[in-house]
Amino acid sequence: MRALIEELCGVFGPSGQEERIREAIINHLDGLVDEIQTDRLGNLIAVKRPAAGVEKGKRIMLAAHMDEIGIMVTHVDAQGFCRFTTIGGVVTNALIGSRVHFANGVEGAFGLEGSPIARERPAPQKLFLDVGADSRENARVQVGDSAVFRSSFGAVGDRLFAPNLDDRIGCAVLIQTLRELKSSPHELLAVFTAQEEVGARGATTAGYGLEPEIILAIDVTATGDFPQATPMEVALGKGPAIKVMDRRMISHPKVRGWLESTAREQDIPYQLEVLEFGSTDASAVQVSRAGVPAGTVSIPCRYVHTPSQVADYNDACGAVRLLVNALGGEYPQ
Amino acid sequence: MNELLKKLSKARGVAGHEGAVRAILREELAPFVEELSVDSIGNLIAHKGGSDAAGQHRVMLAAHMDEVGGMVMRANSDGTVKFRSVGGLDPRILPGKRVTIGPQSVPGVILRAPHAARSGRRAVPISDLLIDTGGAGGIEPGDMITFESGYEQYGKLLKGKAFDDRVGCYILAELLKSEFPCELVGVFTVQEEIGLRGAGVAAYTVQPDVAVALEGTVADDLPKQNDVSPTTELGKGPAISVMDRSAHADRRLVRILTETASDHGIPWQIKQPGVGGTDVGTIHLARAGVPAVAVAVPCRYIHTPAALMDPEDVKNTIQLMSKALSGPLGRPLRAGWSEA
Repeated sequence: MRALIEELCGVFGPSGQEERIREAIINHLDGLVDEIQTDRLGNLIAVKRPAAGVEKGKRIMLAAHMDEIGIMVTHVDAQGFCRFTTIGGVVTNALIGSRVHFANGVEGAFGLEGSPIARERPAPQKLFLDVGADSRENARVQVGDSAVFRSSFGAVGDRLFAPNLDDRIGCAVLIQTLRELKSSPHELLAVFTAQEEVGARGATTAGYGLEPEIILAIDVTATGDFPQATPMEVALGKGPAIKVMDRRMISHPKVRGWLESTAREQDIPYQLEVLEFGSTDASAVQVSRAGVPAGTVSIPCRYVHTPSQVADYNDACGAVRLLVNALGGEYPQ
Repeated sequence: MNELLKKLSKARGVAGHEGAVRAILREELAPFVEELSVDSIGNLIAHKGGSDAAGQHRVMLAAHMDEVGGMVMRANSDGTVKFRSVGGLDPRILPGKRVTIGPQSVPGVILRAPHAARSGRRAVPISDLLIDTGGAGGIEPGDMITFESGYEQYGKLLKGKAFDDRVGCYILAELLKSEFPCELVGVFTVQEEIGLRGAGVAAYTVQPDVAVALEGTVADDLPKQNDVSPTTELGKGPAISVMDRSAHADRRLVRILTETASDHGIPWQIKQPGVGGTDVGTIHLARAGVPAVAVAVPCRYIHTPAALMDPEDVKNTIQLMSKALSGPLGRPLRAGWSEA
């Protein structure tokens, strides 16, 4: 799975422009599922049905989002410098010094009006993007083009570094789960969602269209394990986190209990997560139609929404084990 | 100057009070469409089956009937009225503006409350503004407040209130007078300015294959100190949205519109991304999702009593939509996705 995480982190896919990452994921689903479709908002839906003769379990939607945060060009000036807006919750004080790239390969470096050294948090409108042009005419980007943080995957031991572990590591966990899952009584709807970072929009429509009986999101979560972090009982390397609550969702106690009891029975280290900011695709599906019991398996990740996100490979492996064991068995009565 | 556009601009209708606008559109469209209905929240839905009987492609076009304005909170005994905004009003432009209040169209003028009159250079918040009616009666809490403004020609531009989104209503009405091969559902929506509420309800009912919101949008094209950001520019054609706060446009639809415009020599522009929101925000999330895009006429001083727009942009928006509906917008989107 390590190679898979690295591969997926290298694919371009800002919210609303998930074509390439979708193709990359489709290439890994061959032979793993019974049916693959792309819906009207661009969600990739892979269906795996239980074997014939097995008493049918639940219809379970598993959501990992394909899209990543980025920027979009709003204006190209006479000298070829671009102004931009953010796609998703980009931490703007992390922009200076970072680089982005566009779908056509053009690179961009962020600059700040006036002094190149930011003394304080820069106002986004004071920032601009240098795309290597010296006029509007020879800038190879135009208004409406999107860019993502330049791919720069790295690893130190089991610690993984990339600008888009959120949520390519979740996509890899979902693919790996489908690979390792020998059989399941459940109908599994593995959805690689679009536009999560701009408000769980893909999950909103996929949840309606698929009418699952249970929703599990697979996403990263923040941690409280670095100097003077906001207190939070989640740390890298201590296993996948089972969500209790975030800003938009309280996990269904039965779903949470199912995941917890599976982890205990299989001796999978896990952590309980209470996230005070952010949410996941599960929150959108939870309130779809007449409501769907929801839970989330999270991979702890530091510096989320910056160009340098850090996660622990063992937590991703633990998430796979947890999902394979939970989905391979019965849902509790 | 166009009579229908004038009537629509002058009609009074903030969110929740769209009846007058709806009545104008019903009368105008009755001879041209097969069915006109009003849904539970107040959207006016006009239906045309399309000339291509085999075509099973339903296009929803949406334009919102409501305009920004205010609502009476309390009529004071001294003849002043306390009010709040309904939709996004900039408090800096309000003092001194003339307004019309309630079903009896009581005139008034906005003033700073006495305790806020000496605010120096700071903008007075709406909570510290009042309306002076000269002691007129017949005002109840809940009455709507609209800007008082004439519809006039300013040079080659049009000036009036509520172009956001009566210009969209006008364009949609004109489109509904023509015949297209696809099934066409024109929805004149309610309550856009307070959260895109009508459009989401309508899209749930209509279940379109694709949708286009027709809008009046911010033009911010006057000279600035820095070369930074015209949101849109007057006279440069319909503004097509790629991304705003409410939605990412379907990239195939963006491409259909830009290519159709270029093929027919119609000017077009991309609206500055990241700004504002439209009915697309709720339409594209209806049920299992609807591919959608917004097309807008640029308006200077939008959400004020005196918006300015270029009639050429209105004409070009109608032309673009007509050509697109007769062409690729009127046919099913190609299956699957590819980078546009």
